[in-house]
Amino acid sequence: MSKEPAMTLNLEPNFANPDDFYERLIETHRGLSDAQSADVNAKLVLLLSNHIGDMAILTQAMDIAREGHEAQE
Amino acid sequence: MLKTYAYPEFPYVQPPEQKSGQIVRKKAVIVGGGPIGLTMALDLAVQGIPCVVLDDNNTVSIGSRAVCYAKRPLEVWDRLGCAAPMVDKGVGWKIGKVFRDEELVYQFDLLPEDDHKMPAFINLQQYYLEEYLIERCKDFGDLVDIRWMNKVISVKNNPDHVRFTIETPDGIYEMEADYAIACDGAKSDVREMLGAEFTGQFFQDRFLIADVVMKADFPTERWFWFNPPFHRGQSVLLHKQSDDVWRIDFQLGWNADPEEEKKPEKIIPRLKAMLGEDTEFELEWASVYQFACRRMSKFRYGRLFFAGDAAHQVSPFGARGANTGVQDTDNLAWKLKLVMDGKAPDSLLDSYDEERVFAADDNLRNSTRSTDFITPKSNISRTFRDATLDLAQKYGFARKLVNSGRLSSPTPYVNSSLNTPDSDAFHGTMAPGTNCADAPVKVGGTPGWLLNHLGGGFKVIYFSDGSGTPAALAALQDAPVPVEALVIGGNVEDTKGLVTDRYDGTPGTTYLIRPDQHVAARWRSFDPAKVTAALNRAIGK
Repeated sequence: MSKEPAMTLNLEPNFANPDDFYERLIETHRGLSDAQSADVNAKLVLLLSNHIGDMAILTQAMDIAREGHEAQE
Repeated sequence: MLKTYAYPEFPYVQPPEQKSGQIVRKKAVIVGGGPIGLTMALDLAVQGIPCVVLDDNNTVSIGSRAVCYAKRPLEVWDRLGCAAPMVDKGVGWKIGKVFRDEELVYQFDLLPEDDHKMPAFINLQQYYLEEYLIERCKDFGDLVDIRWMNKVISVKNNPDHVRFTIETPDGIYEMEADYAIACDGAKSDVREMLGAEFTGQFFQDRFLIADVVMKADFPTERWFWFNPPFHRGQSVLLHKQSDDVWRIDFQLGWNADPEEEKKPEKIIPRLKAMLGEDTEFELEWASVYQFACRRMSKFRYGRLFFAGDAAHQVSPFGARGANTGVQDTDNLAWKLKLVMDGKAPDSLLDSYDEERVFAADDNLRNSTRSTDFITPKSNISRTFRDATLDLAQKYGFARKLVNSGRLSSPTPYVNSSLNTPDSDAFHGTMAPGTNCADAPVKVGGTPGWLLNHLGGGFKVIYFSDGSGTPAALAALQDAPVPVEALVIGGNVEDTKGLVTDRYDGTPGTTYLIRPDQHVAARWRSFDPAKVTAALNRAIGK
């Protein structure tokens, strides 16, 4: 029985054009309040997470994203 | 303030037309004797077109201003015979480093490809550059008539000529031009007088730029800091120029008072915080500016053309100002010559607008993106920027998103109406609309460079299939618009095989090259009818 290698989060450059992506990302938030932007970001994370689907990869990303932040309470 | 440079003072001479009271019609009048106006003058002069350059001042650029010059404009200046002193005096560099706080986030290497005559980038104070351009103009004698202290005070744009009213220390006179080119900078008076639109984005930020003379052991690299300990909450850029002059840019924020920030007593402490109390330095020149990314809706108004910052203004991150301005004049000069000589229709001049507006938009896009990263316009934009910088310290993907300026490179005219689209398959980057890559060659046994042999007329580069030069190819040089042949493996020896490599040159491969050294068309075999058709297309017929 063949076993798929464990998938890992890709941290190498993967955008065909990084500047196009970044501009589109900032554009998505243009004119929004901070609260609206937080909502847009939450939905983005949920949409992309569903697209990725792989819990191992998502966990790695969540861990890296949280690095350096201490709980405030 | 210390002086490493003595500003020349050019003599004002009363214009003969003012003395005589006669209104004279000139073939070409250029407004503005800065880098773009002078380059335009040279490009007309090498083609034998006399021109007048009107400048409201009598010296070169005060302060270093434009500092970084890229390979393509250097190639243009080399074609015009004045790149050598610039490259000799300038400081070559290729490494850029980006810091955040005290940490190096990442570094880039412009990785210039070997075997090009011109370097990837040089840094040189604008006053030296202008001085070399003015020196070169002198070689053309009366063809370039530079008139210092001649200020344009009104413009009348007629269908068949442009009429200027000009003020000198002796009063006012009038002059007419068959064609006029406004190269009078971002605050262009000519644009203002025409009432032409100049729209885009203003950025709510201010920058202090300072020229500092010091013997420092910083390497010759571009250093960019986000939020450094010596200038919290803002960014700083450090660049080396010649004569131990260093350019330092401090981001000040929107609320800074420009008059206050220009004062040495305000600047010196900023520099000391950065350079250390013990570093000996002198402040040579400083300025505070705010920038905008905008352009005119079109660059051609009948017989009046706009080039350089007068036509399009970008933020300084990426060195896209003077560099792209020189490519404007490179694009316009040969077209003017063909139309003046009656060899091409007036509509060829519309392609200046088409191609250079396309390039300006590319520059504006890149420059706006850099500015949005350096000066985020909203909380969320700043959050993404800071998160990108956080991740970039560890993760390669985020480094690609860090944008401290994307350095100027020529914009290929991919969709230009002057191009003949490929009908054959090619590898590599030399598609129609692209500027030609250089390579070492030998002609008549003498080592040289491909671009120098391309020069400034239409050329065919033909890769010999061993059966000699086709007679129909040689005959092209007797056409009304002559096309000279460079035969690789014939009159041109491809010393290192790099012409063949860079142009994907299989035997029989034929390129038609424009006078501004851009590819007009290419084929896998030589067909004189196709070359003629492509030539006609490239001259707007």
